[in-house]
Amino acid sequence: MRPGAEKIDDPFAIQTDDISKHFGAVKAVRRLSISIPKRGLTSIVGPNGSGKSTLVNLLSGVLPLDGGIVIIEGASLKVVKAHENPSHGLTRTFQEVRLFDQVSVWDNIMVVLTKRRLFPAMLERVKPMQRDRARGILENVGLWDKRDALAENLSYGQRKLLEIGRAMAMEANIYLFDEPFAGLFPEMVVKVKEILNRMREQGDTIVFISHNMDIVRELSDHLIVLDSGSLLAEGDVDEVLSQPKVIKAYLGV
Amino acid sequence: MQAETEHNRSFTQMVRNPQALAAAARSNVELWANLLIIGWALGFMLWQGVGFAITVGTVFAIWAILSVSLNLVVGFTGLLSVGHVGFFGIGAYTVAILTSRAEYEQLRTEAIPTFGWPFFAALPLGVLLAGVIAVAVGVVFNRFRDDIYVLVSFGFAIISFNVFLNWRGLTRGAFGIHEIPRPAVGGWVLDNELAFLVFTLAVLGIIMLLSWLIVTSSFGRVLTAIREDEQAVAVFGYRTTHYKLAVWTMSAMMAGLAGGLFASWTRFVDPNSFILLESMLLVAIVILGGLATIWGSLLGAMAFVLLEEGMRFLPFLPEIHVGQARLVVLGILLVLLMLFRPQGLVGRYRL
Repeated sequence: MRPGAEKIDDPFAIQTDDISKHFGAVKAVRRLSISIPKRGLTSIVGPNGSGKSTLVNLLSGVLPLDGGIVIIEGASLKVVKAHENPSHGLTRTFQEVRLFDQVSVWDNIMVVLTKRRLFPAMLERVKPMQRDRARGILENVGLWDKRDALAENLSYGQRKLLEIGRAMAMEANIYLFDEPFAGLFPEMVVKVKEILNRMREQGDTIVFISHNMDIVRELSDHLIVLDSGSLLAEGDVDEVLSQPKVIKAYLGV
Repeated sequence: MQAETEHNRSFTQMVRNPQALAAAARSNVELWANLLIIGWALGFMLWQGVGFAITVGTVFAIWAILSVSLNLVVGFTGLLSVGHVGFFGIGAYTVAILTSRAEYEQLRTEAIPTFGWPFFAALPLGVLLAGVIAVAVGVVFNRFRDDIYVLVSFGFAIISFNVFLNWRGLTRGAFGIHEIPRPAVGGWVLDNELAFLVFTLAVLGIIMLLSWLIVTSSFGRVLTAIREDEQAVAVFGYRTTHYKLAVWTMSAMMAGLAGGLFASWTRFVDPNSFILLESMLLVAIVILGGLATIWGSLLGAMAFVLLEEGMRFLPFLPEIHVGQARLVVLGILLVLLMLFRPQGLVGRYRL
């Protein structure tokens, strides 16, 4: 057996073991244990306040864990540090689009393509290779013409695409998208679907939060349903969506 | 003919398109600000003669080093520090104490040790000391952001002023340190005012070049991203605290350098040169010129110095009120600027 083969055979990209998070008296995530399979699209659904965004924030180190363990690509973590995301091959977008507003579209992409360590970064100037990659990504999301505009001057849909482009530029293995379809025009939705499908074809792991059940049915391979910070159901999409408790919690009927 | 129609078309387009019109107006304001301030400087020079222009030029160069260095922290990284004067003072006092040869022991007032170091040995030590203190202070400051950051940097300015004032065994407190020698290399002493101006301008040039290299590197791009959303930068793999500490320290060292030049130029330092007000004026200069623009900081410093020195010559203003009057004018100017041009004279970004 090759060294490291065990890790490759691990069927899960992310697992959580009993993780919790509370804000004051509010328990946003309660002793949650989920498994996100490697490759393919996993969607997280649940009513408002069910802990979906908090879960993504915990997995990406934006919020500290109150308890439990997160296992990302075989690395078992009690503390998830945001700046270590790239070393786990993980990247994300935010529910409320978080771009570098008073920075050009171009630099919003370039900033994730450059060296991370302090002293090498001080000596680094833009290289043609990085320029080509930034151009490729901006063309991919249709923002090449807007490259010199400040990010704050883009439309909502363009901002959303730029944020997805910035995540793509990371060339991660695991992508966490927090509501990538919310507030988008139908043409933009098609565009984002294309991007996600292309990532799936490349063998990446994609996790996304959505309220649109049609999109969830259409895209997902795996479904996680949260309710009040706990796991309600997990598994194959059609099977999970036909469970009475899911219908009851999600549709309120 | 065709060119004319094209021009007309673009003009009507511009009128119809408010964004293009605003952009044209903006670029014009920049042009006018540049022409006005540089023209004012030249006119002032012709009017008052070369001797006074050399003095004003040196004051400008020192303020410009300070404002360019502060802009790295305030404009590029978004950390609003009002404690920059502390590092200016550390540099000034290090050079003053190490180079002074005055026989303070013979005076009845505060005696301090004299070292008699050459200027070019004392200056690097002042810069280094500013850097070391900046690291220590920066580690603590990194825990704060936004409003609280302003307050803790305010605290630093107050503490450093009180150290200069009360550590009398080293600084002579309110008496100040006299007879600080001018820079000298071998037998060649920089006691000529013009030579000193050239020297400070050369240092300013080096500081501008360094700042330009910093802000156009990958490091500089990360700094502007930190200004916009520090947590988001961290998510993409950057240890933002290291970046903030690095730029803070470099900026403080540049301020220390300006302090060393200042001490040697005025040949006298006392705590009054390092009061909080000086820091506030410095922040005002940076905002006046424009955040995150090196040229803007230069222009801001020039406008400030011209304002400060130019008001001496207003015929209806008694000499004793000049000091207060220039603060009033600067205050009004800042309010107008915030109202009508929050990005500063040549800047692109808002606070």
